[in-house]
Amino acid sequence: MKAFSIYLTGVGGQGIGLISEIILRAADHAGHPVKSVDTHGLAQRGGIVVSQIRIGDKIFSPIIPAGQADLVISLERHEAFRAAGTALKDKGCLIYYNTVWQPLSVRLNQTAEIEESYIQDLCRARGIQVISVFHADLPDIRMQNMAMLSEIHRHRMIPDIDLEHYQTAMADLMSGTMLAENRALFDKRLTA
Amino acid sequence: MKKMEDMLLRREAFSEVVMGNTAIVRAMVEAGTRVVSSYPGSPTPEIALAIQSIPKNDRPFYFEFSTNEKVATELAYGAAVNGHLSTVFFKSVGLNVAADTFVQLSLMNIIGGMVVVLGDDPGANSSQNEQDNRHYARMSYTPVLEPADPDEVYRFYLEAARLSQTLRMPVILRLTTHVCHAKERVAFGSWSPVQPDDTPRFDPANGPYIPLTTHAIEMKRAALARLEQVRQRAEETELNRFIDNGNRLRGVITMGLSFLSLMDVLDGAAAQPDILKLAYVHPLPRKKIVRFLSSHQEIKVLEELDDVVENQIKAIAFDLQLPVKIFGKTQPEDWIGEYTPDKVHQVLYATWPDMVQPAPTSEAEDPAPHRPPQMCPGCGHRSAFHAIKQALAPTDITVADIGCHTLGFLPPYEIGQLLMCMGASTAMASGLRLFNTSRKVVAFMGDSTFFHAALPGIINAIFNHHPITLILMENGTTAMTGHQDNPASGKNFNEETDKIPVRQVLEGLGIKHIAEVDTYQQAKLAELVVEATSIDEFSVVIARHPCMLKFTREQRKNSTYQQKHVTIDQGVCERIHTCIGAFGCPTFTRDTEGNVTINTDLCIGDGSCIQTCPTKAIIPAGKKDKGGAA
Repeated sequence: MKAFSIYLTGVGGQGIGLISEIILRAADHAGHPVKSVDTHGLAQRGGIVVSQIRIGDKIFSPIIPAGQADLVISLERHEAFRAAGTALKDKGCLIYYNTVWQPLSVRLNQTAEIEESYIQDLCRARGIQVISVFHADLPDIRMQNMAMLSEIHRHRMIPDIDLEHYQTAMADLMSGTMLAENRALFDKRLTA
Repeated sequence: MKKMEDMLLRREAFSEVVMGNTAIVRAMVEAGTRVVSSYPGSPTPEIALAIQSIPKNDRPFYFEFSTNEKVATELAYGAAVNGHLSTVFFKSVGLNVAADTFVQLSLMNIIGGMVVVLGDDPGANSSQNEQDNRHYARMSYTPVLEPADPDEVYRFYLEAARLSQTLRMPVILRLTTHVCHAKERVAFGSWSPVQPDDTPRFDPANGPYIPLTTHAIEMKRAALARLEQVRQRAEETELNRFIDNGNRLRGVITMGLSFLSLMDVLDGAAAQPDILKLAYVHPLPRKKIVRFLSSHQEIKVLEELDDVVENQIKAIAFDLQLPVKIFGKTQPEDWIGEYTPDKVHQVLYATWPDMVQPAPTSEAEDPAPHRPPQMCPGCGHRSAFHAIKQALAPTDITVADIGCHTLGFLPPYEIGQLLMCMGASTAMASGLRLFNTSRKVVAFMGDSTFFHAALPGIINAIFNHHPITLILMENGTTAMTGHQDNPASGKNFNEETDKIPVRQVLEGLGIKHIAEVDTYQQAKLAELVVEATSIDEFSVVIARHPCMLKFTREQRKNSTYQQKHVTIDQGVCERIHTCIGAFGCPTFTRDTEGNVTINTDLCIGDGSCIQTCPTKAIIPAGKKDKGGAA
C-alpha cells in the first residue's frame, strides 16, 4: 500500500502505548509492512508521549518527517493542537479526545488554555478533517484510548485495516476481564 | 493474549512484532547467554521487563539489577572469566560509572565472552547529555556493532556474542533510544536448550589477569592484536552492507538509525548514491572502505553525533592519497541531535543540493503551551518540596541528584539548582559550602542513588567535616526508570531480601544528626529542615514514604479499591491559588475566571494538598466514585 503515517500523542498515563501497539499489530495482521517507535522520555511524569507508526512498502525509518503525518491521533486537546500544528500534513486527518490536562503554564495563568475553536480554525485553514471525541459515560478514564480506537475504525481513518484485524490485535495484547471490557466498549461505539 | 515468555522461549523458528529491547532478549536466549546484569536507565529498562516475563525457574540465564553500572560490569566480567557468556546493559552515561572497569576489559582473556550493551541517547531524550560512547570504544580497543532496527538488534547481538566467544574479548552492541523503542516484525531462529556446563573454569593460566607492571604492556599488545582479528571479520561479514545504485560519482558511508533516515530521504531522489552501511563501526573494515573510496569521486560520511568514523575515513584517504572528496561535518549543528529523516534531509541537501529537494529549514512553530514533565499527582516529592521551600531562605543553595526529585528544579518549586550525575549532590554541596557561611547548602538524594554512587560523597562530608544538610527522599524504589527494586526495597530482581536500611547505614557512618519524618507531614518536615540546617555539622533529614504512583497502582489491583479524590469548596475558596501557584499539583485546573477545579482523571485523593490551602477550601470528595477495572 501507499505509505501512511500515523502520529499518536497525549500525556503520560493516557494509554498511548496500548492504542499504538493495537494499531501497529492490526496493520501487521492486515498484511502491511509496518514499523513504529515510541518516544516517552520522562513522560511517566506528566510529559508528552509520542508514538509514530508508518505503514507501507517503502518505509525505512519509523520516524515521520515533520508536517508529513497523514493522521494525528491525540488523547488530549492541547496535544491535538500541538501535533496538528507540527506533525500533520495539510488536508490530513485529526482525531482527538476532547479532554484537557492543563500544562503547567496554563495552570500558572501564563498562557491561555487551548480551546476547541482554535483547533477548528486551524483545521479549516489547512483543509484538515477533524473529529472530536468525548464520552461522559466511560466507566474508567483508562478506556478513553479504546473509545478513540473505536471511532478511528468507525470512520475508517486508517486505510485497509478491517475490524477483525483490530480485534485480533486487541486479543494479542489483553486477556480476561480487561479484554472483555475493552472489546465491549470498542464494539458498542462502532454501532453507536 | 500473546505471552512474551512463550515467545522468548519458543523452540521452533518464528516471527513476531517486537521492540528492539525485546528482540535482544530472544537473542540472548538463542546465543546461550548465561549471566546478564544491569542498572536501570532509559532507553534500556524494557530489556529487563522482557527478562522478567520469563519465570525465574524457566530463565535460561541468571539476571540481576546490580547496585550500579560498574558493579554490574564487574559481575558480568567475573562470570565471563569463569567461562559463562555474559552480558551487561545500561544507559549511555552508565558507561561513565562503569568506565574504570570497562576500559580494562579488552586487556583480559575473557574465556566465556562478554557483550556490553549500551543504550546511547542522541537527542538527550532522557539523559543529561548525548555523549557518543564510540569514543570509549576507541580508547579501550573494544569492537562496536551498531544496529539500525529491531531485526538488526537481534542479528547483531548474535554476531557480537559469537565474536566475543571466539576472540575471548568484550564486544559492544551500541543501541540508541529509537532503536531500543522501535517495533517491527522480526524473524527469529530456533532454540535448542542445552544443559549448561557450569563448571567454574577460571584459571590464572588463561591470564594474565593482573594488569600491572610489564603485564599491562603485553596485555595491550594482545588487545590490539585481537582488534585486528575483528577488523578481518568486519572485512568479510555481510552485515556490512553495500547498496549498489550504480553511481560511480557519489557514495554515502553511514550506520545505525541514520541509514534508515537516509533511505527515506532518498526515496524519489534524482541519482541515488551508492551506500556503504556499516554494522561494524569499530574497528572499521579498512579494505572495504578503501574500495568504496576508490570507486567514487565524492563521499558523504553520514554519522550521528560525533565525527568518529569520519576522521578515520579521512585518515585512510590521506594515507593512501586517494583522489576523493570526503564531506563530513561542517557546522556545530551537525554534531547535535538525532539523525531523523528531517535532519538527514537537511544534512544531505547541504552536501549535495542537486540530489534532493530543498529541506525545510525549520520546523513549524509549536502553537501549544510547552508541557514540561513534572511530578505525578500526589507525589511525595511535591509535598516535601512545598514544605522545604518554606524552611529555606531564597539565597540558600539547593543541589539536586538524579531521580524523580530532579524535577523539583522546575517552577513553582525551583529546588535543586545544580545537577550533575548519580550520587554527585553531597560532594558538590560540600564544595559550595567552602568559604561560605552566609548561604546554607542543602543536597538532595533518592534511595536508589544513595546505594548507587552516593556513599563516597557522604563519607567525605563526614570525614572532612562539611557542614551541609542532606535530605534523603526515601521512596523505597527506583521510580524514574520504572520502579525497579533497590537495596532498600526488601526485594531484588529474583527474590525477597532483607532491606538494607538507609538510616542504619548512616548511623553506622557515625552521623550524629539524623532526623526522619513521613514525607507528607509538611509542617514537621519544614521544622526538621530548619533545625538540621542550623547545625554546624553534616546533618541528614530522611523524608520517607513509598512512591505514591507505585503505591496507588498496587492498591488498584485490590478488588476493594475505591477511587477517591479531593474537591474544592467553591463557597470557601478565595482564589488565593496557593494550590496552583505554589503547590502545583497537575490535578488543579484553572478556568478563565480564575476558579479552581479538580481534574478527577488525575487526582488520586492522597490529600497532601489539603494542608496547603490557607482557607481550608480543599476537602475530600464526599461521594465515592466508582472504581475502574480496565
